[in-house]
Amino acid sequence: MGKIAMMNRRMVVGGLAAALVMPGAAMAAISAGQAEILIGKVVSDINSIINSGQSEAKMISRFEGVFKQYADTKFIALAALGVDGRSASSGQKSAFIKAFTGYIANRYGSRFREFEGGKIEVVSTQQVKSRFEVLTKTKLAGQSPFDVIFIVSAKNGKFIDMHVEGISIVKSERKEIGAMLDKRKGDLDVLIRDLAKF
Amino acid sequence: MKHINLLAIAALVVLGACSQAPSPTGYADPHEEQNRRTHRANITLDKALISPASDVYGQVPKPARVAVTNFSDNAGLPGVVVNKFLQGKVDDAVHNSVRFLFNSTLGLLGLFDVASDIGLEERNSDFGETLHVWGAPEGDYVVLPFFGASTERDGIGILVDFVLNPLGYALPTEVRHLPKAAWVVSKFGDRYDFADSVDSILYSDGDGYSTLQLYYLDSRRYELGQVVEDDELDDLYEAYDG
Repeated sequence: MGKIAMMNRRMVVGGLAAALVMPGAAMAAISAGQAEILIGKVVSDINSIINSGQSEAKMISRFEGVFKQYADTKFIALAALGVDGRSASSGQKSAFIKAFTGYIANRYGSRFREFEGGKIEVVSTQQVKSRFEVLTKTKLAGQSPFDVIFIVSAKNGKFIDMHVEGISIVKSERKEIGAMLDKRKGDLDVLIRDLAKF
Repeated sequence: MKHINLLAIAALVVLGACSQAPSPTGYADPHEEQNRRTHRANITLDKALISPASDVYGQVPKPARVAVTNFSDNAGLPGVVVNKFLQGKVDDAVHNSVRFLFNSTLGLLGLFDVASDIGLEERNSDFGETLHVWGAPEGDYVVLPFFGASTERDGIGILVDFVLNPLGYALPTEVRHLPKAAWVVSKFGDRYDFADSVDSILYSDGDGYSTLQLYYLDSRRYELGQVVEDDELDDLYEAYDG
């Protein structure tokens, strides 16, 4: 008798918890599981790139492919441009997004040479507001493992940022691009031209 | 001398009444002018000495360079054990002690990291973290000569770590400075192995100084498990409409 009462209570509590979670989950276009599978694909692509033994140029172009496929490059680029982008024309914006994507692939892709022989694994996923944070661990030979967290939008399943040991790419590039623009006296066209050279 | 050090540490343990360190906020930089000067001096040092020297050292075969790094890491372990004890993390202290015993013997004085192969991975720490565990605030951001980006708390930590390692007192005089020499050499190795990353930060087209500040503070706060409210990023993410 007591056992049944216990079970009922547990079921009621469980049901209540599910009811509390459901509205949020129903609003999200993708689930935590889907976000984790998506980052699993990103990670497996990156693992294959860093252990391919290919030239750095080839690795960078493959990394750019992964970035374009799974990340919202438009969001990341415009977030990096920040308030300076508000007055930009739509032509300038799309030119900036294109140049920025190549710049990012180069800037971070060239670091993959240092990851050779390494392995990245998905560890866990948690929901924070309207996004998922997918935690991955990167193991490099002779180094302590380090964390990379992918920020995945629950709305469309694209990743909108990466935190490498707590360092956000969006936040650091916002600073970097801001400084680059200052150096060019705020001339966005010059910045776009220079970014395209990377 | 040895007794004075131990007494000082005991006093610090008593003083550190296990309070919670206040959460750091933002990137205030009250010593920016001085910090930028030191940063420029560090860049000059890198261009003139560290980068060229690490390129030379990089010609040493990788296995030999890894052995030097292993030796340096292993020699630093007793200091890490002391820090873990001071932080009350006894299991990590024991873990590191066993690691030290394995690598010092089977690993031939630490040249080989056999402990990692059997699952006794590195669990690093430093006195800056100990101060954090004791409730010390981060303090102001400072750029140190040679060591680079740091905070007041972590800068004190570096100084204390120099005298905290029991190995420094146990070794015979002739080889007492060998671990420190290996440490400096291993830093040249890191500068070589991570040259692309280091160059892309130090010699970026933007402002390398502020990028380094952001990188240091964010990664250190993450490492120490400090939750920092970040409205800037949160607002950006929440504004995302796909």
